[in-house]
This record gives sequence, C-alpha cells and structure tokens, in this order.
Amino acid sequence: MNALKKLFGGNTRQFGMIFALVALIVFFQIFTGGRTLTPGNVINLFNGNSYILILAIGMVLVIIAGHIDLSVGSVAAFVGVSVALAMRDWGLPWWAGVLFGLLLGAVIGAWQGLWTAYVGIPAFIVTLAGMLLFRGFNQFVGKSNTIPVSKEFQFIGSGYLPEIGPNTGFNNLTLLIGIVAAAFVVIMSLRARAAAKALGADVPELWVEVTKLVLICGAILYATYLFATGRPGTSFPIPGMILAVLVLIYGFIADKTVLGRHVYAVGGNRHAAELSGVQSKKVNFMVMMNMSILAGLAGMIFVARSTASGPFDGVGWELDAIAAVFIGGAAVTGGVGTVIGSIVGGLVMAVLNNGLQLLGVGADLTQIIKGLVLLAAVAFDVYNKSQGKRSITGMLIKGFQRNNNEIKPDETTSTKEVISKEA
Amino acid sequence: MTSLDTQGDPILLEMRSITKEFPGVKALSNVNLRVMAGEIHAICGENGAGKSTLMKVLSGVYGYGSYTGDIVYQAETQQFKDIRASEAAGIVIIHQELALIPELSIMENIFLGNEPTKWGVIDWAEARKRSMELLARVGLREDPDTPIKEIGVGKQQLVEIAKALNKSVRLLILDEPTAALNESDSQHLLDLILGLKGKGITSIIISHKLNEIEQIADEITIIRDGKSIETLNVKRDGVDEDRIIKGMVGRTLESRFPDHEPKIGEVFFEVKDWTVGHPQIQDRLICKGSNFYVRRGEIVGFAGLMGAGRTELARSLFGHSYGRFIKGQVYKDGKPVNLRSVRSAIDAGLGYVTEDRKSLGLNLLDDIKTTTVSAALNKISNYTVVDTRKEFSVAEEYRKSLRTKTPSVEEGVAKLSGGNQQKVVLAKWMFTDPDLLILDEPTRGIDVGAKYEIYGIIQRLANQGKGVIVISSELPELLGLSDRIYTIFEGAITGVLDKNEATQESLMKLMTSARKTA
Repeated sequence: MNALKKLFGGNTRQFGMIFALVALIVFFQIFTGGRTLTPGNVINLFNGNSYILILAIGMVLVIIAGHIDLSVGSVAAFVGVSVALAMRDWGLPWWAGVLFGLLLGAVIGAWQGLWTAYVGIPAFIVTLAGMLLFRGFNQFVGKSNTIPVSKEFQFIGSGYLPEIGPNTGFNNLTLLIGIVAAAFVVIMSLRARAAAKALGADVPELWVEVTKLVLICGAILYATYLFATGRPGTSFPIPGMILAVLVLIYGFIADKTVLGRHVYAVGGNRHAAELSGVQSKKVNFMVMMNMSILAGLAGMIFVARSTASGPFDGVGWELDAIAAVFIGGAAVTGGVGTVIGSIVGGLVMAVLNNGLQLLGVGADLTQIIKGLVLLAAVAFDVYNKSQGKRSITGMLIKGFQRNNNEIKPDETTSTKEVISKEA
Repeated sequence: MTSLDTQGDPILLEMRSITKEFPGVKALSNVNLRVMAGEIHAICGENGAGKSTLMKVLSGVYGYGSYTGDIVYQAETQQFKDIRASEAAGIVIIHQELALIPELSIMENIFLGNEPTKWGVIDWAEARKRSMELLARVGLREDPDTPIKEIGVGKQQLVEIAKALNKSVRLLILDEPTAALNESDSQHLLDLILGLKGKGITSIIISHKLNEIEQIADEITIIRDGKSIETLNVKRDGVDEDRIIKGMVGRTLESRFPDHEPKIGEVFFEVKDWTVGHPQIQDRLICKGSNFYVRRGEIVGFAGLMGAGRTELARSLFGHSYGRFIKGQVYKDGKPVNLRSVRSAIDAGLGYVTEDRKSLGLNLLDDIKTTTVSAALNKISNYTVVDTRKEFSVAEEYRKSLRTKTPSVEEGVAKLSGGNQQKVVLAKWMFTDPDLLILDEPTRGIDVGAKYEIYGIIQRLANQGKGVIVISSELPELLGLSDRIYTIFEGAITGVLDKNEATQESLMKLMTSARKTA
C-alpha cells in the first residue's frame, strides 16, 4: 500500500482518473468476454471518438481561459458540408479541401473571438448564437442533403498507416511509432529527472520512476501490439495519428510556451494577468479562434469517416467535448485543466460508451450512466479539493514529479494558511 | 445572570483554554479570554496569530466539538454548534470581508435571513420603519432603498452594524473593521462603537491599527503563535503602541524602519500635466494636471485620503490601466515615453504592485515560481518556449534573497500568509528589473515583522538606483520610509514636503487643504 502511494503521488485517490480508465477497461474486458481489448474494437474506438477528442483539446483551452464553446458541433457540421461542397462543385483536390476547411474554421473562430474578446459578450451567449447560426448555415448551403466526398478525402477519417517493409506479421509503421513513443517517454522522463536533481528540486526515488516508466511503456507497447495486429489492411488509424500529433503540439503549447501561460493566467485572474502585461483580449480571441479551427478539423474527419456530410452531423458534440474536459479535471471557473487530462476524460467516456454497447446496453441506459459518471467524476474532484489535496488535474500536470511537498506543520504554517487550505 | 470577577465587575464572556487544531497544525493552544460586560476589548496579534480563528470558535463558525475548552457566556457554559446558535445568544460577528449583497438594497441587506413577515409574506412597511430607526442609530443618512453597491465601504460597514443591531446584539465582534476605511470613516465608526458601549453593548475588536485600539479599547488581549500572551488594561497599565507591539512580536522593535542611508541621484522620471477622466462618468476628472518627478535612488511617498485619486494616478500611468481621455507627458531620462499599454509600461521600465493583492495582484491558482516570472516571461523563454529550469532557479533566488517563508517555490501562492504573498509579488516585479517601481499600499494586511522586512526590500531597491513610489494610507509608514512626500487631494497634487519638514499634521493639512480653502 505504501509503495502504491509513492507510485501514485501521495494518495491513491489522486490517481483517480487514470485508475478509473484502467478499471473500466479491465471491467469491460472481463464482462464482454475479452471483446474489449481486441484489435478491431480498439481501432474502432479510436476511429469513432477521435473527433470528439480533437474537440476536447480545443475545448480545454477555452475552458481554462474561463469561457465555453457551445457551437463546436454546428461549426464542425458547417465546415464539413462546405468542404464537401467545395470539393464536389469547385473540384478542389482533397488537400485543398482540408486547407479550405481549416481556413473556414479560422474565419468562423475570428467571428466568435471578435464578439467574445473585443466586444465583451460572454462566450456562452456568442457560441449559443453560433450554435444556431452555423447549424442553419449547414442546412442552408447543403440544402439539408447528404453530400458524398471522394475516396482520397475519406483517408483522413478512415485511413490506416500503410504496410511497408518486410512481412513481420505486424504493421511495421505502427510498430515503429510505438517503439519510438516508448523510447521518447523514457528519455524525456530521465532528462526531466536529471534536470530537477541538478536544480535541487525534490525527485521521487529511482524505483518509483522506473516502475512508473515500466507501466507507461507497457501500456504503449500493448496498444501498439493491438493496433499492429488488426485484420489485414488495418493498423493505427489516421485520425488517431492526427490526434496524437495534436496532443503533443497542444500539450506543449499549454505547458511550455508563453501563450499557454497566458491562457492559464487570464483564466486564473484576468485582472492580475492584465496588470502583468498579458493582453487578455488577444488571448481570448486566440482560444476562441483555435477552437473553431479544431472544430472544422473534427468536422472534416467525421465527414471523411462517414463518406458524406449531412444536415445532422455534429449534433451534441459540444456536450461530449465539454464533458470530457470536466471529467479530465478542468474547473468551471477557469484557470485549471490540462490537455492530457481532457483526453483521458474523453477516453473514459469513449470506453464507457463502447463497453456498454458491447454489452448490449440500450442507448437510454447508456446516457443515464454517462450522466452519472460525469457528475461523479466532478464531485470526486471537488471533494478532493475540499480536502486540501491536489486535484486530479494538478496531479496530472505535475504531481508525479513531486509527491512529498505537503506543507509540514512547522512555524511557517500560520492559521491563515490552514484556513485557506481548509476552504 | 452574570458572574463577577475579583474586583466586582461583571464578566460577560470567558473563553477558557481553547485549543483548536487543524490537520497538522495547532492554530490555538490553551487560549484564555475574559471580556467584561460593557467594555471594548481589543485582540491584537500578528497575522496568523490566531485572532480570527478564536473569533470563529466563539461565534460558532467552528462549532462545538471541533475545539476543546469552554466558552462561558452570561455565566453559562455554551455549546454553539453554528452561527445561528451564537446569534440567538446575542453574539454577532462582522467579518473582515463584508457579507453584504451588492445588488440588494440597504434595507434588504439589513433584514436578509431575518425578514419581518406577516402571514408568511415579507412586511416591507415594517422593514422600512425598522431600517430607518437602525440607520439613524448608526448615523447613516441614506435611503434604505439604495443598493449596497452604490455606497462606499465606510457606509457598508455601518449597514453591517445596523444589521447586527437588528439582531439585538449583546456582544459585537468586529474583525478589522477599519482596514478598508479612510480616516474620517474610521473615526466615525470608532465613535459609533463607543456610542454602542454607552448603550451597554460589549464589543470585541480585532485591528492592526494600534492607534485606534489605544484610542477606544478598555482592555487588550494579545495573542501570539496561537497562545494568549497577556491581557492589558489600557488605563491602569498605561498602554501605548510600543507596549502592544512588544507583546505582539515578543520583543521590542528597536525601530519600525530599518536604517537607511539614501543615495539620491538626478531626476530621471517626470510626469507633466497628467489628466485622467473617470472611466464612466463624463466630464469628471480623477487626476487634474498632476506634475511630479522621481530621482534615482529616491523613495517618493504619495499621501492622500482614500478616494483622493492616488491609485488611479498610478494605474493610469501604468499602461493606461485606469481611466479615459488620458492626457499629459511622461519623460524618462529626458525622453518622452509611451505608456499606452501595460506591456509598453513594463518595457519602459515601470512596475506596479497593486493595493489589492488577492483580486488584482495574484492568480491564486498559481504556484510561487509561475507567479515570480509571470510579468517577465520573455526573460526566461527562447522563441516563446518557457525554460522551466530557469524559472525554478529564478524563483529560488528570490525566495532566498527576500526570505519568503515556504516549503518550496512549487507551493501555491494561496497557501502563503499575506506578508509572504507580498514578497512573491515584489519578486515578480523585481524580476522585470524596473527603473521605477510603484508600490500601492505595500504593507496592507501584513503583520509587523513582515512589514519591517518589506521596508528593507524597498530601501534596497532604492539603493540600487531605482526610483520607488510608495502610496500609503498610513502616514507613519510614509514618514518613516519616504525621502519626499507628495500630497493629493481630490485628484490634484496639493503639495510636496521633504522628509525633514513632513509631519503627520503638515501632511494631513495638505491632504485636506482644498477643502479648507473652498
């Protein structure tokens, strides 16, 4: 038990979200008789949820900055239909279609960002209007018809990594990516550890680090194995690839760049941020615009996967994306949240959906269960915070590296601090 | 109904060996407090000494069972399980942060949670009648229908007291009642408390303003590190401020200001005809053609009553972050500088430490290291990528040099005491390496020991050749710290005094001068 605590950051409960995800997977693996962790199902799971996860990446930034975006489903649908039409009627090649879609997303985002950041209308209202507006646009330009897209374009939504190299019985490219990813994780962790040590910051014991790395690499390699051994012609899906690249980029932006810092600063205390020289309007504009670009991308991937765009694409996506972000530990009041957390939150929902489907649970019951899970996850987080422990999010950002920084009862701890800890 | 002490005075309240523990820390240990009926009893102690915790125990915020020890009130042992129970017994606490609802009217606030009803429907006629009486008792001449947000903090404080009177209070607890008030509002409030005493209402007052305590308290209990140190009788023991400070810090402070040998250079920062319009109200000027200068290595004080426009002047200079229609010239090293945005002001070498640390100065979700670098991220980033190692070492450096008390620079700023939070804010601005640092109420809400350290930091900055502007409501602080003091009244600079010619009286006169000539 003690060892577990050290491994998971002071308190096993803090490991909640990842633990819940693993537990869910194990649960469904057992109760579906092994049908959860089959190559086919895992590939399906990624294909069917990558667009929600992409939305969650944008949404977490919006929510960290203290806003919300209700229009993402409609924006995705509008971009999807516009791209499908542009390729059919203007004869755009698939890559030009993608560029056009991203550009359209940016224009829509600029529109919403303008109202939110510079006019000062709450994003809730702006995007509620956007939700109606762009749903209307979708049905107006598409005349409520389904518009098919070309085979090349479908690749971004339903393609797989190609087979190359010798026949090893695996998909070689998937294998390569999996191994590189595992190596990357190991190298980065060790480097971070060395750097922290050099600065004199607290580092966990070596065995903790090693066990953690073994677990993470094990998970990566197992996933690689699943993806690489699917039925012939399948491997790691392209939408999953896009998602992985986006997670890396946005995780880096949020955590390591000045812009990322500014997003957290504006969400945490806008006035303090402004008095520190942060241009909060610009930051708000950027996150709103970025959200619509990603919504456009998600819309295109969905259209590519379903081979045609339709008038009811993207209905309810905003709710799935928002749920993923909050399950992933973001705060409604802004300033808190992580990209990785949101992805984990999204995966929890996705696994739940998928597992219940495999078990033959109806859509009605699935919704009830999902609703309860959302409530329970956030309640759990709120409870943990009220106990003065670091939230799941906090743990996900930096918890692993520093477990033992609990305030020690010494003369520097005054009542004020304790009271604020209590609150 | 009440017991008597050895001299035959009636005791209203006795708290006996109160101990209150929070996980990992003993906030109060064996605290004793005895309050006589009809007196004004002050509780003094540094921030974090346990004053507020003690009052929360008394008023039932920390209910019976969460502490050990006895509360004997009106000769009976009490077991208040929540605020309602203590209020029913006539104990009313007015917290530092006022518990009024800005959008509701004075009357609605007074009767909030205690509405007079007839057949289950609020009887507004009765409420109005009673609120008129209550407002008259506290000397507040306002229409009971005025929304709370439209009256100043001083008047809001009076509404809180009216609310307490409505609950037929016997023991009134005031936690830092004058912290946010200007001199005249403070005086009015103190007079009111004295007036209530005349009507038999006992008060417990917590305050950092020792001169006020000296003025109105009958007895003073001093709390240090969660223990009750002593109880002084103001008249009998001949208590003065130095005596109180000695009790609070456990030693005599030789001087409340560190020794400082000013090294003043040439004028490098000059403001001419600075005029600022009110952000909402047309044609109202908040700064009226202000002219002033700062020399290198000089600490310049700005004195003025609350609302005189000191903060507004500072914030309008700092990247136009306050006001409209800003006119005037600013010269640095003889050249005009552009201060149109906060960013450009920082780039021009200005720093501004706000008076309102929690809502304007800090992101309470951040940790120390993120806060320390937050105003100068460009200094620790390459191509907009933040170098987290540099961040850590910078924060560590300032933690050591400013002696911030924290287990680690990765601690959240919300967990720090006021003094340590202020050090983190100072570190943040020192890291931007400003030539001119504007400090707005730099020691507000900070205890005596930390104040001394902050003064030392300010003097060190000046000795490095920086200009420092200190805005403060505490005249002794300005007198002890500044080399030169400007006075502001109603948006206009009314005078400037050198260190050696400035006294509290001369400053006060200039701070209120236009009123006298008008």
